[in-house]
Order: sequence, then C-alpha cells, then structure tokens
Amino acid sequence: MRKMNLAKLFVAVTTLLAAPMLLSAQQGEAHIGNLSGDAGAGKHLYYRYCWGCHGFRGDGNGENAPYLNILPRNFVAATFKCRSTPTGTLPTDEDLFNSLKRGLVNSNMPSWITLTDQQRADLVAFIKTFSPRWKNEKSGTPYVVPPEPPLTVASIKHGQELFQKLECWKCHGPEGRGDGPSASTLTDSNDQPIRPYNFAAGSRFKCGTSNADVWKIFMTGVDGTPMPSFADVIKPEEAWDLVHYLRTLQVTHKSPELALWMTTKEGAEIVSAQKIYGTPTGSGIKQ
Amino acid sequence: MTLKHVFLAGLVTLAAVTLTSAGPGSGTISGKITYEGTPAKQKPIDMSKEPSCASQHPTPITTESVVTGPGNTLANVVVYISAGAPDEAAPSTSANFDQKGCQYVPHTLAFQVGQELKISNDDQTSHNIHPLAKINREWNKSQPPGTPPITDKYDKAEMIPVKCNIHPWMHGTFAVLKNSHYSVSGADGGFKLPNLPPGKYTVTAYHESYGEMTQDVVISGSETKTISFVFKAKPY
Repeated sequence: MRKMNLAKLFVAVTTLLAAPMLLSAQQGEAHIGNLSGDAGAGKHLYYRYCWGCHGFRGDGNGENAPYLNILPRNFVAATFKCRSTPTGTLPTDEDLFNSLKRGLVNSNMPSWITLTDQQRADLVAFIKTFSPRWKNEKSGTPYVVPPEPPLTVASIKHGQELFQKLECWKCHGPEGRGDGPSASTLTDSNDQPIRPYNFAAGSRFKCGTSNADVWKIFMTGVDGTPMPSFADVIKPEEAWDLVHYLRTLQVTHKSPELALWMTTKEGAEIVSAQKIYGTPTGSGIKQ
Repeated sequence: MTLKHVFLAGLVTLAAVTLTSAGPGSGTISGKITYEGTPAKQKPIDMSKEPSCASQHPTPITTESVVTGPGNTLANVVVYISAGAPDEAAPSTSANFDQKGCQYVPHTLAFQVGQELKISNDDQTSHNIHPLAKINREWNKSQPPGTPPITDKYDKAEMIPVKCNIHPWMHGTFAVLKNSHYSVSGADGGFKLPNLPPGKYTVTAYHESYGEMTQDVVISGSETKTISFVFKAKPY
C-alpha cells in the first residue's frame, strides 16, 4: 500500500515538473518537413553568425545595425516580411527556414547556404525564443496557393487592370518603376524611409523567385513595411493574373510572361518604352 | 431536499452579490482638458494628388496632431480609468472607424479589449489601414473603394498609432482599453466618466502628441468630482 502511494506520488511530481516543459516545448522547437530544430544547438550558431547584426538580445540592435539601411529584423517584436501566413500573424517555421536559406535580396541579409539544413532548423528554433509571442500564439494558417493557370495574354491584361484598380501604382508607379505619387513619403514601422520595389530595374523579389512567391508577397503583405495585404480584395485565382502582369514589368528579367507580352502590339510598345534607372529598392529615382 | 434548499439559497445570495457589485454606480468624474504653452502649428494638407478627396474639402484642411478649441481646450484626449475599476467583457456593439475625404473619422477612436473594430472606406480611392501596434499584432491591409468593412479585435490594452501609407497625412489613434469607463474629449476639451461605483480610481489622460497624465480620485456615493488636466504644449 505504502509502495503504491509512493509510486503515485512519483508520477504526480514528474507530471507537475514536466508540464511547464511541455507547454514551452513549442517555443524552443522548429519543425520543417522531417527536420526538427533544437534551440540549444541554434544558440551557438546564433552567437557565432547572427548577433553582429541582430543583436545580443535579438532586438535588431547589433553592433553593425547602425550602418545598415534596411534595419536587421527585431526578433523580439516578431514582425516578419516573408510569410505564407496572413498579415499580423506569425510565420511558419518553414517561412523562417526559407528566409535563412534564400537571404533577403537587396538587403544585407545574405543567403546562408553555407549552413546545413539541420543548422538552419536549429537557428529557427532559437530565433523563436526571443519573443513571448511564440509562447502565446501559433503560426498563422498559410494561404493555399491555387495551381497556376495557363499563361495567356488575357491573363496579363486582367492583371494590368488589377494593377490600375487596386492602385498599386500609387507607390510602385504607373510603369512599375517605384516612382508613384506616394513613393517618396513612405516609412517603415521603425520610421525609417523605405522605397517601393522598382520592377523595371529588379529581376528578383525579396521573398523568393518563383511565381508562387510573388503570389504570396501581395496576398500576405510585407509586414513592418507600407506594403499591405490584398488577400481580402483579390480572389486567389485572380491573383495569378496580377503575378503574370508584374512579370512583364520586370523588363530586365527574361520570363515567359515578358516574352508573350512582347508578341502583342500593346505589350511590345510598353516594354520598349520602359526606362530602367535606379536600383530595385528605388534609390536614384527622380520624382 | 435540504441539499436543494442550500443550493437555492446559494443561488439567491450569488445573484444578490453579483447585482450589487456589478451594477453601475452613480458616481461621476468629469472635467476639462486644457493646455498651456504654444502648441505646434498644424500644417495645411496638400491633397492635390488625390482629387476625389480634395474636392470634399472646399476649404483646405490641416493636420490633426494637436486639435484645440477656444480657451486653450484640447481635443482628442482619451480619458479613462487605468486603475481601480475591474476589467470588463467587451460590449456587443462595434467601434466604427471611417475613412472619409482622406481623413480618419474619428481621429481618435477608443474601444475595449475584445470589442469588434469596424473600418470602412467611404472614399473613391484605395486606402491601406496600418495600425502600428507594438503589444498587439501589427497588420496592414489594403481597402479599395466599395469593398466591405475590415473587422478586427485587439487582445491587449494599447495606444496604437494608425496610418495610411498611401496618404501620408492620414494619422489617427486606436485607444484599446480594459473597461467601459472612458471618454474622448471634443473641441471643448470636456470629458465625463459616469456610472462609477464608490471607490478609489486612477484617471489617465492620453494625448497622441503630449503623452499621458494621471490623477487619483476617490468617489463616495453618487457624487460628481470635477478634475482637470493641463498638458504642456510644445511648439514643435
């Protein structure tokens, strides 16, 4: 009898001790496909490779931060640009993993292809320990990107209409050169000046190179910047038309969309009239 | 049988206690918000790039970071009970925030934690609504003309600056508060917090440019206490 009680007590105590560990388990972990990241291992990597910019406490105030004109991410605020999830929600582990692997083009964040997949997963797990948000919230539900419809001139033309109707040009400019009427006034959520993407000079996008990545950028919005989410106002299938049109604005990037657009009279005229100046991030553009 | 009686008696007592403690009190805190010093001069807004909005303002409007009235009164100050009153469940009504003539109506919107926030676009142009929350989630959504209202809720109390990135002059404030005892001052600087049960309260006044001030007030019975806040205005 006495033995029995002791055994019960042991189980109860172990459960009590384990409970907080179980609760906080999600925060110190990361799951990307079959990979499981470990925050302990990620910590060593972070204090070797990342803290120079992202800071000792992960708040984006590293030693190098004052010299960077797109500030390093503040992992305490946990506002991330490249997500597959709705605006205002936390990204998935895979989103963070992909950002590490790809880097953020036109910023100072390099592509960490020198690390192994396991190391990147460990870093994702550690990065998630900086903000209490990972303790209290789950990642947003990722948008389901519908299959890409066949590329047609009609699709590009409809995308062109959406670009007009949704007033993308207010910031990105009527020709997509990042020189719209509001462009010069934009600031990010840290009150730092920020410029809209210049499609004409840019061949790559910040959050990935595939058409599906472009689809996600304007549906999720780029949190922490002036770029809003259009998920409530563009139907998922229609969004592909806008993707096709945006590709034709990237005249320095050879894409099937640009090639098809050039075969039409209207498209050929627009493309040949496109002017390329400045950089993809909008510097060197006269208003 | 006895058990049932005890249970019923318990229920009656519980109901009585709930009624007396949760019922609205009859004390009131009211007063006026003023400023001393020179407030920043508000700049005229150039809406020429947005003709559909410019045409709604026959006389050009100015920025609204400080709105004053005659006699040095200060508008758009959120006055609320920051301590002494229990947290309350959100009301079922929604707090409405409109974009009209490329301005936010109202400029300062106070509502409760968990209360539905409804954002409408009455303009013939696209706006993006970008509440710059730090404690709550920061989101940013596009709202073209003719689209249905955007609804949201906030989980935590916070003073959230709101802006439209497309129209850089559009700035406003969401005051997300823990209870229903709040008031936003009008051009006359007046505020009134009615229905307060007796107790000791901390009253906070918040202005988007001048920060916050607090005062402790004791309410006994159904009295009306008059207090005033004087903000120090800065000319920049």
